[in-house]
Amino acid sequence: MSGVHAHALHYHGHSPLHRLAPHVKLIALLGFVGAVVATPAEAVWAFGIHAAVLATAVGLAELPLGFFFRRLSIEIPFVVFALAMPFVGSGPDVMVGPLSLSVAGIWGAWNVLAKATLSVGASVVLSSTTEVADILAGFDRLRSPRILTAIAGFMIRYLEVVAGEVQRVRTAIAARLGDQRRLGEAAALASVSGTMFIRSYERGERVHHAMLARGYSGSMPRMGEEPATVRWVEAAAGLAVAWSVALTALLSS
Amino acid sequence: MTPALEVSGLALTYPDGTEALRGVDLSVDRGERVALLGPNGAGKTSLLLALIGIVHPQRGTVRVGGLESGPDSLPEIRRRLGIVFQDPDDQLFMPTVSRDVAFGPANLGLDAEEVQRRSKAALEAVGMAAAGERAPHHLSGGEARRVAMATVLAMEPDVLVLDEPSSNLDPVGRRELADLLAGLPTTLLVVTHDLPFALALCGRSVILNGGVVAADGPTARLLADTELMATNRLELPYGFDPATIAGP
Amino acid sequence: MHVPDGFINAATSVGTGVVAAGGLGVSLRRAGRSLADRQIPLAGVTAALVFALQMLNFPVLPGVSGHLMGGALAAILLGPWMGAAVVSVVVIVQALFFADGGISALGVNILNIAIVTSLVAFPVFRGLVRVLPKTRVAAMVAAMFASLVSVLAAAFAFVAEYAVGGVGGADIGAVLGAMTGVHSLIGIGEGLITSAALGTVLAVRPDLVAGLADVNLAGNHTVPTRRAVTAFVAAGLAVAVALVVFVAPNASPDPDGLESVAAETGFAETAQDHPIGGPLADYQVTGVDSETWGTILAGVLGTTVAFAIGLGLVAMSRRRASTR
Repeated sequence: MSGVHAHALHYHGHSPLHRLAPHVKLIALLGFVGAVVATPAEAVWAFGIHAAVLATAVGLAELPLGFFFRRLSIEIPFVVFALAMPFVGSGPDVMVGPLSLSVAGIWGAWNVLAKATLSVGASVVLSSTTEVADILAGFDRLRSPRILTAIAGFMIRYLEVVAGEVQRVRTAIAARLGDQRRLGEAAALASVSGTMFIRSYERGERVHHAMLARGYSGSMPRMGEEPATVRWVEAAAGLAVAWSVALTALLSS
Repeated sequence: MTPALEVSGLALTYPDGTEALRGVDLSVDRGERVALLGPNGAGKTSLLLALIGIVHPQRGTVRVGGLESGPDSLPEIRRRLGIVFQDPDDQLFMPTVSRDVAFGPANLGLDAEEVQRRSKAALEAVGMAAAGERAPHHLSGGEARRVAMATVLAMEPDVLVLDEPSSNLDPVGRRELADLLAGLPTTLLVVTHDLPFALALCGRSVILNGGVVAADGPTARLLADTELMATNRLELPYGFDPATIAGP
Repeated sequence: MHVPDGFINAATSVGTGVVAAGGLGVSLRRAGRSLADRQIPLAGVTAALVFALQMLNFPVLPGVSGHLMGGALAAILLGPWMGAAVVSVVVIVQALFFADGGISALGVNILNIAIVTSLVAFPVFRGLVRVLPKTRVAAMVAAMFASLVSVLAAAFAFVAEYAVGGVGGADIGAVLGAMTGVHSLIGIGEGLITSAALGTVLAVRPDLVAGLADVNLAGNHTVPTRRAVTAFVAAGLAVAVALVVFVAPNASPDPDGLESVAAETGFAETAQDHPIGGPLADYQVTGVDSETWGTILAGVLGTTVAFAIGLGLVAMSRRRASTR
């Protein structure tokens, strides 16, 4: 999986959304997903409006549609999973062509498809317009526990290093295993994990030494960040639409 | 005059019983450039860690600019003596170059403007002024080394200690690094296996072996002493004759 | 195992979110208490490792693959609180950046994948270590079972969440059966990986294993023989097969078929269609029928059998050591 390349998630640009402060975008994302998930599945019209709000965001971010849909295709695994639901659900059935499908299952599938797609779309807009470092800074700004953002920061920084080391060990093992791929994969996984943990631990120690050498005294220092545009207008508008839709659907269901 | 760095009778034994340092004496004057040579396992890394109190020696003292290292003085010791470790990946742990360089000054409690100024100056000093927004894992080996150095220079240390700075550099990179270091006014202590590099940059060398100082003198003289070199598992590159080099 | 948005309803998502946030908060505070600040870079690189390992899949059934969850490994190596925090970070980043798991489902996913696994694996591991001989092989066996149990616990937690607020109306018994079956296989894989990893770490840097910090392992030279390992894998597979066999009826894609047959033939569903008849027919809980209890019992029995075999392995290796 090439998902390790966090920087590849970002689409370089200078749109209003790119320049928007990360903590505003985070609130917008969480609020939007909340509204989407709160909307009852039966209110199909509501999802149309949610989709329109998302489309507006994609437009504001000046993201090419091809790029956007390609990133959206990440969700294919659970599309497959959602499509299985009409076959597994219990309760009353309905005939769709030659198939007897569970009604609850069909609604469940729609629930997952609509909500997961909108949610993934929103997070794609976030990760395309905001550098990872800035997203973490946004979390800091929202007063999430420093230790979590610190761990996340280190994790993202060392993801490529560790993944590279894992890959090298796997290659070395594959070179020796040749044809016994399936069992070999599992065995390779097992032998890799222990060694990788030790290497990671020792790297963690060396990083800590480097941090101490530069004055680290137990908590990450506050490093003055330049303020990006903190405009709540667009975010507030989008959230207002999404939530009023959700509440209308909820109250009328 | 107060030495920039003074180590007296330093002895360090690890919990598992290894005697890493067995009484090290070393004195470096302001502005000097000293190479720390010695075979693997001689105790060089342990000495570096002991200098800034990452490991705690059982005996002996460390003084940086006259200030004795102790639990209360550690923050100031770490400001005065900066160490550039061997692997840049271990020192570039922030998401961007600018944040890595700002990390040190930020820990000193300086205000945002001063942190900015120092970061800019440090990156310029190593020739990486334009690299601010780049991610560390996108840098080439040589670039990462230079940025790692900038992260320490941003703290404006009095003594700069470097651990194997020329390893993995191509010949031009090595020369550029030597030029860069030679241009700094800071006192230098360079741990290295790269003897020509040591000869080019450092007028004086100290050989560490088995946890003690085995020799201390002008680099050219030490390198020309074949018996001394052999005893301490040091070897010059094929065809290299220190006598023909002018030295720094 | 990563649940997408829309699968669990809003109310349950919020509820589990609160529980997960609370659990994570407790974990962070407890992790901070016992550890020095050097743990932050360690936690970060371990999180990177868990993330990287989670991307590697191993086959469990035709067309079904599993991946390491990592909670048990993180808990044994770093302690339960640090382990939970580390895997939580992995889950959060996966949801936010890689669409692996929904954002509203973060409560569910953190709870199941990070918190339940770590907090179950650790005491199981410690409990086994206490009663088993103090050898490396025994520790590895303990890790194996702790991992299996933790994965099953996560699966059960998911079923509970689905029962409360899941969409799609799937039969709870079927869900429980399917989840138990697949995750027992995943749990075996996770058990093998975790124990092998622990074995390597114990061999090279035993001081790094937080879960054994106060334990002095003797007999580091006792290495499980190839035969012993094969025996364990065979036992584990036997358990898995047993679980799948007992579970298959519950996982039928058309449960209505079973119900209609039962209704037509006039048999109570509980008496006819579950594999462990008689005594269990009296255990009735609203909404959960005896088929489900049968599955649970099978799981418990199977795990006990496999554990007994594992104990035998440990005894075998001890005997081998003492004859040297």
